[in-house]
Amino acid sequence: MSRQPMVLARGVRKSYGANEVVKGVDLDVRAGEVLCLLGPSGSGKSTFLRCINHLEKIDAGWISVDGELVGYRRHKGKLYELKDADIARRRSEIGMVFQQFNLFPHLSVLDNLMEAPLRVRREQPGPVRERSLALLERVGLADKAGAYPRQLSGGQQQRVAIARALAMQPKLMLFDEPTSALDPELVGEVLDVMRGLAADGMTMIVVTHEIGFAREVADTVAFLDGGVVLEQGPPDQVFSAAVHPRTKSFLARVL
Amino acid sequence: MAEPAPAGTAVPAELPGEVVRLRHPGRWVAVAVVVVLLAMLVNSLIRNPNFQWDVVFGYFLDASILDGLRNTILLTVVAMLVGLLLGIVLAVARDSDNPIVAGASALYIGFFRGTPLLVQLIFWFNLSALYPTLSLGVPFGPSFVEGNVNTLITPLIAAVLGLGLNEAAYMAEIVRAGLQSVDPGQTQAAQALGMTRRQVFRRIVLPQALRVIIPPTGNETIGMLKTTSLVSVISLPELLYASQIIYSRTYEVIPLLLTASIWYLILTTVLTIAQSFLERRLRRGDAQRGGGRPQGSRWRELLHGRRPPVAPPGEVPAAETVLGVGGRLG
Repeated sequence: MSRQPMVLARGVRKSYGANEVVKGVDLDVRAGEVLCLLGPSGSGKSTFLRCINHLEKIDAGWISVDGELVGYRRHKGKLYELKDADIARRRSEIGMVFQQFNLFPHLSVLDNLMEAPLRVRREQPGPVRERSLALLERVGLADKAGAYPRQLSGGQQQRVAIARALAMQPKLMLFDEPTSALDPELVGEVLDVMRGLAADGMTMIVVTHEIGFAREVADTVAFLDGGVVLEQGPPDQVFSAAVHPRTKSFLARVL
Repeated sequence: MAEPAPAGTAVPAELPGEVVRLRHPGRWVAVAVVVVLLAMLVNSLIRNPNFQWDVVFGYFLDASILDGLRNTILLTVVAMLVGLLLGIVLAVARDSDNPIVAGASALYIGFFRGTPLLVQLIFWFNLSALYPTLSLGVPFGPSFVEGNVNTLITPLIAAVLGLGLNEAAYMAEIVRAGLQSVDPGQTQAAQALGMTRRQVFRRIVLPQALRVIIPPTGNETIGMLKTTSLVSVISLPELLYASQIIYSRTYEVIPLLLTASIWYLILTTVLTIAQSFLERRLRRGDAQRGGGRPQGSRWRELLHGRRPPVAPPGEVPAAETVLGVGGRLG
């Protein structure tokens, strides 16, 4: 497993109008590492995650993924915002899984997986099809290739969404509360898929409320509150020996 | 169902298996009233000689009527195409980040919806009074081509401009409602996969918006088919004007209006069938496919009340599954 940084974030700030949601976040994620972002709702963790693939434009600071700035180009000491096509190209190397799955309802499961490789990368349909079917096999949904998203349960939809992101062979996977919209009995099947991904060495940043998952899978957990990282480190350290009172009270409620 | 009732409830041990549905005598009365009214109407249609059915059907396939019919169809198709394409542009512009572009679109929509179509048609027809010549060239600079507006704006061009530009304003609102009906999460998911704005619009947002756009567009098309009759005021021989030309000569006003009306009815019926076919095609991807009402059961339903839904034992009805997922998504 290589140890070079995959994601570097420095001084990231993001406001909606006068309301500053992310107030200077510094984070490092090395290749092959799993980072879990924890914190109460409104702590800015999801917003920060969406800054990583430029779904949200940051107001200050910078984020780089695999050595490239996301959404910007550095020139003579200034950051210039990139054009739509260039942003899209960089995003295509970062997979993202959403709380609400966001599968394309007008496309079959297989077409959901094949859409981006065919349209964005302009790959040949044959290999893409094989790769997509293999991914569906991997998330345990090989028999659902021809189904439409609405015919699937929430857990199945989320597993398809993970497979759809993997179909682009990303360097990094972002998970935005992937199990929060699921019925409790469906959470396990999605976490199993994510565990498998982590074991295969995928670099992952996971915003989650699943403390058990974070404790078991994460290499690093970061606790956010009020738009800043209050605490970060290996899960054992943060969970058993939290220093900050806010972290302590949050953990006392969820553990 | 098969389990025995728990002890202590008031349910008798033995229940007859058959259920007698509530009868609806009021419905039989309504049927009788409608049948009598219908009989009176048919009687008068046959007995009243003033309808002159021989004249109605004598002109039915008349060459000038068929020419008018062709013009009506042509105008409907072209005006709807102009309306749809320009409507999509206006809808996208209306929600643009650029306030000037959005404002211009709002102004267009406001103007074309705010003035009567009949006035707009007459205006385009008389455009030469405002601009005698039209030229192509550099703004405020030299021109390369010049044309006489009187010869350029034929009744057909004036009609297409009038109907199409007016329709675009209405279509813009329909398209906009369709685009807004698509969950923003769809755009984010597509962007996260690396699709460009253009690709997101064409491949993800528009196909989903069409499901919302197509039903009202069908209604607009049917409306347009009838609205083309307004064009008779600028002497374009579409279906109505073609009939008027004949009856101004023969004074057979009512029969010729009937001839035109029957043709309008035939065309709108065809469009209605096409519309429902298209809507059924668009329902792909819904879990409740094939969940429609079985044909022929409406009579029984009308007179005997709605039959209870029959679900195969041990199977959850598809609609419930959908609601379950949708509820959580909401």
